[in-house]
Amino acid sequence: MSNQRRNFLRSALAGAALLACASLPAHADTLADIQRNGTLRVAVPQDFPPFGSVGTDLKPQGYDIDTAALIARELGVKVELIPVTSTNRIPFLTTGKADLVISSLGKNAERELVIDFSDAYAPFFNGVFGPEDAAVATVADLDGKTVGVTRGSVEDLELSKIASDKVTIRRFEDNNATISAYLTGQVQFIATGNVVAAAVNDLTKLRRLSAKFLIKNSPCYVGVAKGQSALLTRVNEIIAKAKTDGSLEAVSQRWLKAPLPADL
Amino acid sequence: MAYQFDFAPVLAHTDLLLQGAAATLGLTAAGAVLGIALGVLGAICRAWRIQPFSAAFGVYVEAIRNTPFLVQLFFIFFGLPALGVKLSGWEASILAMVINLGAYSTEIIRAGIEATPHGQMEAAASLALNRAQTFVYVVLRPALARVWPALVSQVIIVMLGSAVCSQIAAEELTFAANFIQSRNFRAFETFFLATALYFAMALLVRQLLMRLGQRFIVGRPR
Repeated sequence: MSNQRRNFLRSALAGAALLACASLPAHADTLADIQRNGTLRVAVPQDFPPFGSVGTDLKPQGYDIDTAALIARELGVKVELIPVTSTNRIPFLTTGKADLVISSLGKNAERELVIDFSDAYAPFFNGVFGPEDAAVATVADLDGKTVGVTRGSVEDLELSKIASDKVTIRRFEDNNATISAYLTGQVQFIATGNVVAAAVNDLTKLRRLSAKFLIKNSPCYVGVAKGQSALLTRVNEIIAKAKTDGSLEAVSQRWLKAPLPADL
Repeated sequence: MAYQFDFAPVLAHTDLLLQGAAATLGLTAAGAVLGIALGVLGAICRAWRIQPFSAAFGVYVEAIRNTPFLVQLFFIFFGLPALGVKLSGWEASILAMVINLGAYSTEIIRAGIEATPHGQMEAAASLALNRAQTFVYVVLRPALARVWPALVSQVIIVMLGSAVCSQIAAEELTFAANFIQSRNFRAFETFFLATALYFAMALLVRQLLMRLGQRFIVGRPR
């Protein structure tokens, strides 16, 4: 047997061994591990306010961080935050480096093949926003009104599809121009994300934005590794409890400046 | 992977591009007529030192010529509502163009007026022309004839500058191009066509204005 060949065999064996190790934690009961270790490792965003960002004290803060703390408190363990980016948040879970992903994660078919999702814990939607007292509840109520959007955004594409010809859609270059157009009264409504609206309401008291109707809903879910049904059930119980006892409502008011939608 | 050029998705929106081009021409026409009128007024006040208008036009010219057009536009559209003046995208665009062209043409036309030889005024007086006749035939028309090419260039500059009006959702040519591009992501094809349209429009407007100038201002050679 040539040297080269032996080397190949050796690395193949090593690779197989590694694979076996890597797949081991996936079969173990993560919930039991968490309780034994006394820590819950959660992948959180650090570049996506108000869900996760770095505060002035250099500590992570946001909706996702508060949710992680809430779940850890209910489990009776300490929380260990792992800052991730939106591209590596799922790999952190699938390779067993994190127990949960609470990182403003939306659900889709591709992701459901690799990980499991809890019940929704945070609202994330695009919608039409406007003054508190404006009587607009559906897209039909927008007839004759002027709506600002950021050109080419998801809101622009979706609203252009559903709005009638009687709606004047003003398309601006970027989010700042769209928001300025609303704040200065150049448009009556804007279509944007609830997170953007929350940030605007947080920064200025000029002309508050309140949600009128939904254009596209994509709430956030906690990501759990495949096969961890015990952990998934426990997380769902905690989320359900947090929704009824007001603790999740408090998180929503703190970071999104808006109540939790009833249908979350 | 080589880029596959495909003009079809853009050509499907030809009507939007043409509407945008028409809107740009409309903005330019309104801006040019009102802007040059403002410029004539400013130039007379400046050249003949009619106070306090001369000083006021001086401040206006310096303020406009030393600030970016985009900032002037944003000030009118986003800033003035704070003072209770709410203008639509079109109104704000036309106002910004008039104000901008007015400042530049004030200086261009003033140069033309100041270049009027003193002897011509004396000749007018000796021909017993009244003040209005002297002004129109001896001062203004020769002055405009002298600076007409510079004025036409300035109109073209303002027309091309109107591209930034897309920023406040005025649906002119650049807006149309950006809109199409945000729908089909054919950036090269879209902006290639928009560029070609701007180029053709600039040539057209220049030719038209030079001919009009030759016919009505410079006059046919006798």
